This record gives sequence, C-alpha cells and structure tokens, in this order.
Amino acid sequence: MKLDTSGLESTSPFFGSGDELCPELSAAPSFSLPLSTDFDEFQKDTKATLKHAKGTTTLAFIFKEGVMVAADSRASMGGYISSQSVKKIIEINPYMLGTMAGGAADCQFWHRNLGIKCRLHELANKRRISVTGASKLLANILYSYRGMGLSVGTMIAGWDETGPGLYYVDSEGGRLKGTRFSVGSGSPYAYGVLDSGYKFDMSIEEAAELARRAIYHATFRDAASGGVASVYYVGPNGWKKLSGDDVGELHYHYYPVTPSTVEQEMAEVAGA
Amino acid sequence: MARYDRAITVFSPDGHLFQVEYALEAVRKGNAAVGVRGTDIVVLGVEKKSAVKLQDSRMVRKIVSLDNHIALACAGLKADARVLVNRARIECQSHRLTVEDPVTVEYITRYIAGLQQKYTQSGGVRPFGLSTLIVGFDPYTGVPSLYQTDPSGTFSAWKANATGRNSNSIREFLEKNYKETSGQETVKLAIRALLEVVESGGKNIEVAVMTREHGLRQLEEAEIDAIVSEIEAEKAAAEAAKKAPPKET
Repeated sequence: MKLDTSGLESTSPFFGSGDELCPELSAAPSFSLPLSTDFDEFQKDTKATLKHAKGTTTLAFIFKEGVMVAADSRASMGGYISSQSVKKIIEINPYMLGTMAGGAADCQFWHRNLGIKCRLHELANKRRISVTGASKLLANILYSYRGMGLSVGTMIAGWDETGPGLYYVDSEGGRLKGTRFSVGSGSPYAYGVLDSGYKFDMSIEEAAELARRAIYHATFRDAASGGVASVYYVGPNGWKKLSGDDVGELHYHYYPVTPSTVEQEMAEVAGA
Repeated sequence: MARYDRAITVFSPDGHLFQVEYALEAVRKGNAAVGVRGTDIVVLGVEKKSAVKLQDSRMVRKIVSLDNHIALACAGLKADARVLVNRARIECQSHRLTVEDPVTVEYITRYIAGLQQKYTQSGGVRPFGLSTLIVGFDPYTGVPSLYQTDPSGTFSAWKANATGRNSNSIREFLEKNYKETSGQETVKLAIRALLEVVESGGKNIEVAVMTREHGLRQLEEAEIDAIVSEIEAEKAAAEAAKKAPPKET
C-alpha cells in the first residue's frame, strides 16, 4: 500500500532545511528513513531499555445502553513513572472515542489525523462516517506503516447509524470487531474482572462501576498502570465523561481500613 | 519532469472551453437516453439503433450496472463510456474495501463527474464525449436517486431527465407529464417519453428498471412491446375521447 503521508502535510513549515537563520518553507514535506534495511532490528537495544510497549490498561465494551470506555493514566519508561496524568481516552469527534496504548505520540497523532479524515468525510458526503469506516481508515494507515516502528494498540468506540460500534485496531495492521476488549499490560487483570462481571443488560451506572473496578484491579497488580481511572460513556447523543477517580482513593473506597478494637478502646479512655 | 503535450482544452477569448462544447455536441449526436425516478423504482431507457442484421443484439447492452444498487446509461461516445464505467466500477469496490460500505449514488456521481472534469484540465488529453444518467438507491436509507453528469464535469440530481439526440423534446414532454409515480407507472412514463423521439416498437428501445429488493433488471423485448401497445391503446382512447364530445352536442 502506498505510504500515507497525508497526515504530515500542511503542518509545520519548518523542516530543518539546514539554515537556522532564515528557515524557508520546504516544498514537499517528507521524512528521511533510517539507513537500515531491517526496520524491526533498528536500535532494538534502545527500544528495549525504554520498554514502554503498551504499559497501560484500557478497556471498552458494548452493552445495552451503548459503549463504555475506560483507561488508566500512567505513562512509564522502564521503571520510571514519567506521568500519572496522561489522557489515554482521545476524543476523535463528538461521537467517537479512541483509546491509547503503546506509543503516546503515535496514538495521539494518528487519532488526531483520523479526526481530520472523519471530518472531511462528513463534509464531502453530508453524513457522518460510520465507526466501521473510521476504524478501517485508521487500520489501513497503520498497515501501510507496518514494520516501521509504530506502536499503537487502540480501540475505536462510537455510536453511528447502525448503533454502538467497537473495533480494536493495532499497529500490526490488525482490526477486530467485538463487544469486549482490553488492551495493555494490565489487560489480563482487567479482563478477569470485566468478563466475570459483564452482562449485556446493565444500566449506565452499573456498567460504569464495572469499568471502574476493572481498571482499579489492573492498576493494583500491574506496575505500569496507575494514576486516575477515567470512565467515558458513548450513547446516541455522543460521548460523555462520567468519572475520573484516583486509583489510590478507589482502593480505600473498595477496601476501607477498619480500626482494630485495641485502638478503639484507647480512644474511649482518652475521651473519658 | 516530463514535458506535457500542449494542453488541448484551453480558454477562448470570450471564456469558453471549446473542447468541452464540442464534446457536448458529440453528446447531442448520440442516442437518446432517458431516466425517471419513482418513489420505489428508477427506470432507464435508451434508444437502440435498428438492429443490424448480423449483429448479436444480446451482447450490446447500453445500460450497465456499476454495483448491485447502481446503474448507468449514457449518450455519446460509447468507447469513452467503457473507460469511464470501468473506472467507476473499480471505485465502487475500492470504496467498499476502505470504508466497508457500498457507495451512495451521489458519491459515485461525484467521482465520475470529477473524472470528467480532470480531463478538461490536463495536458494532452481530450474531454470524455459523453453525458451519463446514473440511477440507484441509497444503501442505508433506500431513497432512490437519479443524477446526470456531462463532459464539463458538472453533475446534478433530477426527478426525470434525458440526454442525447432530441433530449430537449423529451425533457419538454417530461416537464409537462411528470408526476410522482411508482412501479409500473414509472416504467410507462419513461417509455412514453422515449417514444416521443423514437419509432415505436420494442426493437428500438432498451429499458432497464431497478428496485431496492431486486436490483437491476433489463426488460425483455416482449415486455417492452406489451407496454408500448398499452401506451398506444391509451393514446388512441384519449384521441377518441377528444373527438367524441363535439358529436354528442
């Protein structure tokens, strides 16, 4: 497939044409590829030390009322927690959300690019693009960059003419339609809670609580997940952020510390 | 960069693109084609030149399908039509592949019109010498549509239209006689319009109908003959009715 550089056009005019004093507007923006034939092995050691390969927990599922999307907010580089407040649920447009797992820059950029493409589709065809179409556009772009080091594990969730839609798309070029997905290093833990508690007939509050608990449990056991558990709901009128709770506080909410009897006695004595 | 041939389509001093206008002339010399949109059906009719004796007329199909739910008829250079239709068919499938959705009639019309326009603004090529009538149903809403494109690359939606030889007469007839119809009534209207300029007979016209459920169907010569006889009977009855009242008084 032809490399899709449409996302790289008409952005910054400064492409380091060498002259720092008077940067000229380059003609056709392009990026130079590394002088290597084997892209997968290129700087493999450096990449291994950074090891931010999808250190996260994101999940999404379809239920009776629509789609529930949830994610943590920790970014880690190896053992270093670089941020506890990363927005991992990306708002593509008012009725479609994307989740971020893998390279933060890759996810952010290509979701933004997808938002542009969705809008152009709307303008040209006078109707909103379907979740199927949007996910297919993203999957085709990622496929054309296959083997070049993009790291994207995303879920596209939205509501279109045919109802709620959920697709999993990754940087290998895979694209799956489904009703329940979890992506990231914390996904096994999230799946455990999500799968055992899932029912199609849930109310919005029940579904939000299920999503929140699944993220919390994943952050509890997975070192690369933590921060804030954000929960979004996508319904017929678009998406809405339902909650963003610090997982530390969620822990004490689910497992409150009960003072032992000895301490209680001492308190009474002090009062008397 | 390779040197382009001198551009053939250039502006004249008074703002005309002569090549495009000459292409429209070629269209005016082509066989008449008519399209009518009903509430649940769309009909295309094309004038067929009287069958050359040795030619296998079944192979000559003037109304083609672009996809399951879209059909096209045209007037003008038939060889150009073949090229355009092939490109449109590829685009229909390409759209299905990239967005997992069939094209809408408007989308493919825009694509064909865009292609026709490109050839009026490129070096070394001439415009396509044909106007097309594109009919179909929206894949989700089921709404029927009729569109027309021309060599300049413009397109518009119509309730009923004609192109090719004597298209003005046909259009006048349609303007006078058009009303919202469905099913067989729409077919009759299209054939009546075509018969204004074509010698009557199933041999001289080709008609295809498209419905949401059954897709495109070419009418058999016998069917067309039957409808033509019906129309002629109605015409005769109308003539008789006109003559009768004065005699009564």
